[in-house]
Amino acid sequence: MSGHDYDSVSYWKANLRLIFGSLIVWALVSYGFAILLRPMLAGIPIGGTDLGFWFAQQGSILTFIGLIFHYAWRMNRLDEKFGVKED
Amino acid sequence: MDQFIINLLFVGGSFALYIGIAIWAKAGSTSDFYVASGGVHPITNGAAIGADWMSAASFISMAGLIAAGGYANSTFLMGWTGGYVLLAMLLAPYLRKFGKFTVPEFIGDRFYSKNARFVAVACLIVASVTYVIGQMAGAGVAFSRFLEVDSTTGLMIAAVVVFIYAVMGGMKGITYTQVAQYCVLIIAYTIPAVFISLQLTGNPLPPLGLFSTHVESGVPLLEKLDQVITDLGFRDYTADVDNKLNMVLFTLSLMIGTAGLPHVIIRFFTVPKVADARWSAGWALVFIALLYLTAPAVASMARLNLMTTIYPEGVDGQAIQYDERPQWIQEWEVTGLIQFNDKNSDGRIQFYNEGNADFAEEAASRGWEGNEFTYNNDILVLANPEIANLPGWVVGLIAAGGLAAALSTAAGLLLAISSAVSHDLIKGAFKPDISEKGELLAARISMAAAIVVATYLGANPPGFAAQVVALAFGIAAASLFPALMMGIFSKRVNNKGAIAGMLAGLGSTLVYIFIFLGWFFIPGTNNLANTPDNWLLGISPLSFGAVGAMINFAVAFAVSNATEEPPVEIQELVESVRYPRGAGGATGH
Repeated sequence: MSGHDYDSVSYWKANLRLIFGSLIVWALVSYGFAILLRPMLAGIPIGGTDLGFWFAQQGSILTFIGLIFHYAWRMNRLDEKFGVKED
Repeated sequence: MDQFIINLLFVGGSFALYIGIAIWAKAGSTSDFYVASGGVHPITNGAAIGADWMSAASFISMAGLIAAGGYANSTFLMGWTGGYVLLAMLLAPYLRKFGKFTVPEFIGDRFYSKNARFVAVACLIVASVTYVIGQMAGAGVAFSRFLEVDSTTGLMIAAVVVFIYAVMGGMKGITYTQVAQYCVLIIAYTIPAVFISLQLTGNPLPPLGLFSTHVESGVPLLEKLDQVITDLGFRDYTADVDNKLNMVLFTLSLMIGTAGLPHVIIRFFTVPKVADARWSAGWALVFIALLYLTAPAVASMARLNLMTTIYPEGVDGQAIQYDERPQWIQEWEVTGLIQFNDKNSDGRIQFYNEGNADFAEEAASRGWEGNEFTYNNDILVLANPEIANLPGWVVGLIAAGGLAAALSTAAGLLLAISSAVSHDLIKGAFKPDISEKGELLAARISMAAAIVVATYLGANPPGFAAQVVALAFGIAAASLFPALMMGIFSKRVNNKGAIAGMLAGLGSTLVYIFIFLGWFFIPGTNNLANTPDNWLLGISPLSFGAVGAMINFAVAFAVSNATEEPPVEIQELVESVRYPRGAGGATGH
């Protein structure tokens, strides 16, 4: 892109890759493990029920927190690497 | 000390705190009023988002819903937290970089169209007003139960308190009162849960207690609960659901609805930098998760405690005598939220699932002639300390916590409504040359007007009160979220595409809801009965927001590709929101 002194195209592509990867994990723990794949995880017992139930009531929320902090941390590094960090 | 005095001390003390904060954080400019001058620390903002987001629905209703539905209602837990992942990655940082005051302002500028801005204002007002009715009604219930005033008087008190700190302080006052309200509500929610978890499982951490062993019986808590309720003909608590498509779409609707709700989005405009917007999404979810990880534990433990209260000798033994029922049942009976009807006239409270045909024979053999006990899901959290025989000050704490949850969300919604009216309609359309002072006055007057409307509707809730929350999420999911996301991630979507997409998403969602719930929620005007057999592919009206969002995306891309590209300056605007550098404070110009 004209008018910039940094590689905005690569920065944006790196951001999109990171978002895409994060959303795969986001969907896998909630729509996957907690709902659609629950019957496949039924054999893994946890506290009187199965792993799918745990993902539905706790595991997905904990994963979401991890995903956001991971994203924020990686984006800060990308901001610096591509020189688009705020002043 | 009398319970009433204790409740009064807790509620009165918390209200005095909120008003004190409002006086300290008075707004002096429109920037103060709309976005707290963009000077809020990301952790502070995270706590404020937590209170802003966690409404009467999260605090009062959610655990009751999970207790009633078990695994099937895990959708609320995932749906109301997963949206923050979308906010952190797809919306918040870029909208912060854009640096304006309101959500419709972004849509109007990005799609270079006043009509797009008006469509967004309409969506925002409908979604926020419907949502705020529920908050005011929830505050009314808490007042009438704990302060022994009627709910209309309770509502008036709530309205005056919100009026003082929201009108005076604007976003700045609301931010710091929300932080105080977060502290009150999270303490109120977790303390009883810790006691109950200790009583039942010996584990002081409720989320761990949920998966621990039930001390009295020696089997895991959830297994014990499954046994007790299936012995009374209820559905297995941890049972899987059959209609997975509907469960997925309902969760998705809640997630994208959460991400598209304007009162949450504008909270991200209050932090100084783009990076702070990302961090504060993470902190917000940490603060929210403290309650959301506790809620499923509260749900299963309260359900078990309720059963033990009614069947003190175990579910195979006799049910409790009505004359010996505990104090809390008597108190909730007065509000009508617990009802007892002695169908077989034996003076005992038989509570079982009369709808289960397989259980009918056993019920008949025990001399039961129908279920005799009904309770409203909403009382579960509020009655929880009393069910578990906790001391009076815990009950007072719950009262203050429930009110904090309702009032903090109401204030956030009222700010979103008033800024749309004063900034998007008055300054944006009718009087663009309005002075800074004039706009601040207009913002305060529209806030006051919004409080009056919300109080009136809260005192006289329309017949569709239960459905309106679904409507708020449906509208945010089907109209605002896709428009915001396309505005950032596509340079090709133009004004015509965005408007067509928003109208198609909103229209299809409303039509689908109205077909089953009645046109404009007028009872009797629905075309089909609201039963799973009639639903298209088994998709319930509450789950349709996700489908509406997909229609929005599809129409917007199709129309944009058939019409001209957006002008160069708009493509440059999209380019600029994608890169953090150069973000100033939020401005109105």
